[in-house]
Amino acid sequence: MSQADAPGTPRGAIECVRWARIALLAVAFGYVGILLIAPLAGIAWTVVKGGFHVATETFRAPDVRHAYLLTGVITVLTVVVTGLLGVVVAMVLVRDRFVGRRIVSAVVDLPLAVSPVIVGLAAVLLFGRGGWFQALFATRGIQILFALPSMVLVTIFICIPFVVREVGPVLQELGTEEEDAARTLGASPVQTFFRVTLPNIRWGLLYGVALSAARAMGEIGAVLIVSGALQGKTETATLYIFRALEERQDASAYLVALTLAGTSIVLLAAIELFKRRRIKEMGR
Amino acid sequence: MRQGIVVEDLDKRFGQFQAVDDVSFEAADGQITTLLGPSGSGKSTVLRMIAGLERPDRGRIWVAGDELTNTAVQERRLGFVFQHYALFRHMTVRQNVAFGLSVRHEPKPSQQARVDELLELVGLAPFADRYPDQLSGGQRQRVALARALAPHPKVLLLDEPFGALDARVRQELRRWLDNLHRELGVTSLLVTHDQEEALELANRVVVMNAGHIEQIGTPDEIYNQPATPFVAGFVGAANVLTGWVWEGHVHFGRSAVKGAYHLEDGLPAKAYVRPHDIRLTNTESETSFGVTVDRRTNMGWESKLHLRLADGQILIAQLPNDELAEVSLARLVFAELRYAKVFRSDGEGEPRADLSTAEFPAAVPGT
Amino acid sequence: MSAGIQTEAIRPSQGVSRPTPTGSAAGLGRLGLRGIALLYLGLMVLLPLTAVVVKGFGDGLAALRSALAAPGAVAAIRLTLLSSLGTAIINGVLGTLLAYVLVRFRFPGRGLLSGIVDLPFAIPTLVTGVMLVALYGPSSPVGRVLGRHGIHIVFAPLGILLALLFVTLPLVVRTVEPVLLELDPAEEDAARVLGAGAWTTFRRVVLPAIRPAIAAGALLTFARALGEFGAVVIVSGNLTGQTLTAPVFIFQLTSQFRPEQAAAVATLLFAISFVLVLVTERLVNRREEAR
Repeated sequence: MSQADAPGTPRGAIECVRWARIALLAVAFGYVGILLIAPLAGIAWTVVKGGFHVATETFRAPDVRHAYLLTGVITVLTVVVTGLLGVVVAMVLVRDRFVGRRIVSAVVDLPLAVSPVIVGLAAVLLFGRGGWFQALFATRGIQILFALPSMVLVTIFICIPFVVREVGPVLQELGTEEEDAARTLGASPVQTFFRVTLPNIRWGLLYGVALSAARAMGEIGAVLIVSGALQGKTETATLYIFRALEERQDASAYLVALTLAGTSIVLLAAIELFKRRRIKEMGR
Repeated sequence: MRQGIVVEDLDKRFGQFQAVDDVSFEAADGQITTLLGPSGSGKSTVLRMIAGLERPDRGRIWVAGDELTNTAVQERRLGFVFQHYALFRHMTVRQNVAFGLSVRHEPKPSQQARVDELLELVGLAPFADRYPDQLSGGQRQRVALARALAPHPKVLLLDEPFGALDARVRQELRRWLDNLHRELGVTSLLVTHDQEEALELANRVVVMNAGHIEQIGTPDEIYNQPATPFVAGFVGAANVLTGWVWEGHVHFGRSAVKGAYHLEDGLPAKAYVRPHDIRLTNTESETSFGVTVDRRTNMGWESKLHLRLADGQILIAQLPNDELAEVSLARLVFAELRYAKVFRSDGEGEPRADLSTAEFPAAVPGT
Repeated sequence: MSAGIQTEAIRPSQGVSRPTPTGSAAGLGRLGLRGIALLYLGLMVLLPLTAVVVKGFGDGLAALRSALAAPGAVAAIRLTLLSSLGTAIINGVLGTLLAYVLVRFRFPGRGLLSGIVDLPFAIPTLVTGVMLVALYGPSSPVGRVLGRHGIHIVFAPLGILLALLFVTLPLVVRTVEPVLLELDPAEEDAARVLGAGAWTTFRRVVLPAIRPAIAAGALLTFARALGEFGAVVIVSGNLTGQTLTAPVFIFQLTSQFRPEQAAAVATLLFAISFVLVLVTERLVNRREEAR
């Protein structure tokens, strides 16, 4: 590309720019291809090579089924909580004015910067032996650590930013005029939210929810610490993969890994597709 | 009971900024009243307070005899038209217009009938199933108007409704709104910074500046009897001549103009003279004085002339060409200024616009 | 393609919109919402992190000192810092290139490329590690060929780097992309008309405009890489003193029931990434305010 700097005949310069362009494209595709696509293709190839019987065996195993179920439950709970409260936080951050709003905005981003391992550790410190809340729940016979509640809590922590950061900019761009209009037309605040605000932010919300779901399905660091990874009890799909690799059942591990990745990819792609079609429909 | 819109002693502050300062006026039942002022004069804030979108710090608001000061927005039943339309972009034209009816749970068939009626009224029936993004700016604003009118509002509030449109569409819509108002007779309060729009549409004009009211009156009063220097300068074009008062005249150099009988001798004063209120002759009289013609721009049926007074002040005159034909600009020219409005110039409320700084199109040298 | 999460992640959400209006009921509703939001973030985010900091530094530096005395502790922290730095630099450069290509060029497969860039958001991090092992592991054909030439990826620092690069690829791309989109191509045209070559144009016109975004994206990448566990734990092999990273080290301390030491190292790690996120916010805020 630096040759394009050199003064030359116009035609030569254009040639140079053309080659620079091709080179840039090649680097872009090459990097993405080697870094992202090759591993994906690698694992897909390994699974396909493994044959059909691995699939039937793996999916029949009760611990695998239980792991999928548990991952599903955690994902749904996480998505519901981060979705609902994420919209609330986004509304407050965009529409409300108060001292310390910047700080709150930074707090929302914290989970992006905190290692999942630290999140798991925090849960252990709060609910484990000698923890701040251990007595509170133990006396009531509620099991938090090594059980579903702590697994959901750490997953929620990790997924907090996604909905807020997808919905926030959409709300920002939307402005308040349409909401003002709805209220002058007689809509109550609740009607205004459901009939004007929500339809306008739904694609951002859905995309945020999908990102949350993808992250929740794939979470390992925090869950590994708080769950105790009890086979058939607190073992999620990712924990199963982790154990299967240690037990040298590579084929099953690869298969489950591929299904997790596939689900997330399909989810995100579907929402993207719906969004585009809908936008086209509305003439935008 | 007083009908229409009544506001009393409205105050509104945004942080350190006093947006609205002790504003009181009345918008008569069944008429169009305009709130006219430059941007930042607080007129939109007044409108938003009437609608309930902004909460006044002080003051009271009545609409159609009911006090609404503390009523929630959605219970005020006022129609509001926004500058940028604020159409619901995820709804079709029909759904937009029906919104105000459906949130009040009107029966479907009557909703349908009302929407059809309004789309007919604004001439958009064929576009009922389009989305706002598929309409032009003028069409969108008509949808916004239909939407505001659908729930039978007690009054209609319009916030710079034509501000986002280009000049030609603006003219068209203005005429159209005028006709519509004649047909429906709904009490309307229109906010605008465009004096032509304000004067053309309104029965009454409320001129605002820096948060307070400068003058309330009919378009004729506002134009011909401006109460303050601000109104004289803001509404319609005006020349500003500065001088001193002596025996009821404002003197500048060897020239003078009358209209200062209300001021004491020796005060500094400004005389506001409309470009149309200047007569030119080749013969000197008691009320005229000599000027130099610097430039003449022929605009077809009339001409704009740059006149220089003996003391160097510049005056712009606009005269019909057939009247100018009787004057020879090559000889000595005398100007007579009529209907000058004189204000003390040490007072407050300096006018915003005067013609001496106005843009002048390509000049044609005087003949 | 949607802008990925981190694009927006660091957008400040302040703006020109008027403060929302009125009505005492609406006022109450607003206070209620604010309360819910603050309670949620306080309980879910601040409380757990406070617990970690208090545990780690409740007794001063004792816990940190004893943690760092453990074999391989210092090496783990050094490895994490170095690999994160490498990741931030490589993805800073190539991520910018990708963003530029995606915004300025029109070519077949552009939509696809843009979609692929977001893949790491969808693929679970553990699965990333699994994929790298499947492709480059000693039992795979590729791994065997590379191994014969003395290149070891799995259970080696190179594998850690690859995993981190994979996981953080979208961050720089999606931070730089919106800024490039806003940049008027006419500015570049103007520079070219004035006689600047393609490279000069990029260096003098485009780069200054997107530099804060690149820095923000790179810092975010660094912060994210510091804490990465899922992708690394499988690829690295966790050999103490060689391929053990700080997050894995914290994990080991936790499972050995040494929460004080774990919390001390965690606080150290978390403090670094927290400062980075704050700096990032500042960078991006400055850009938004400059507009």
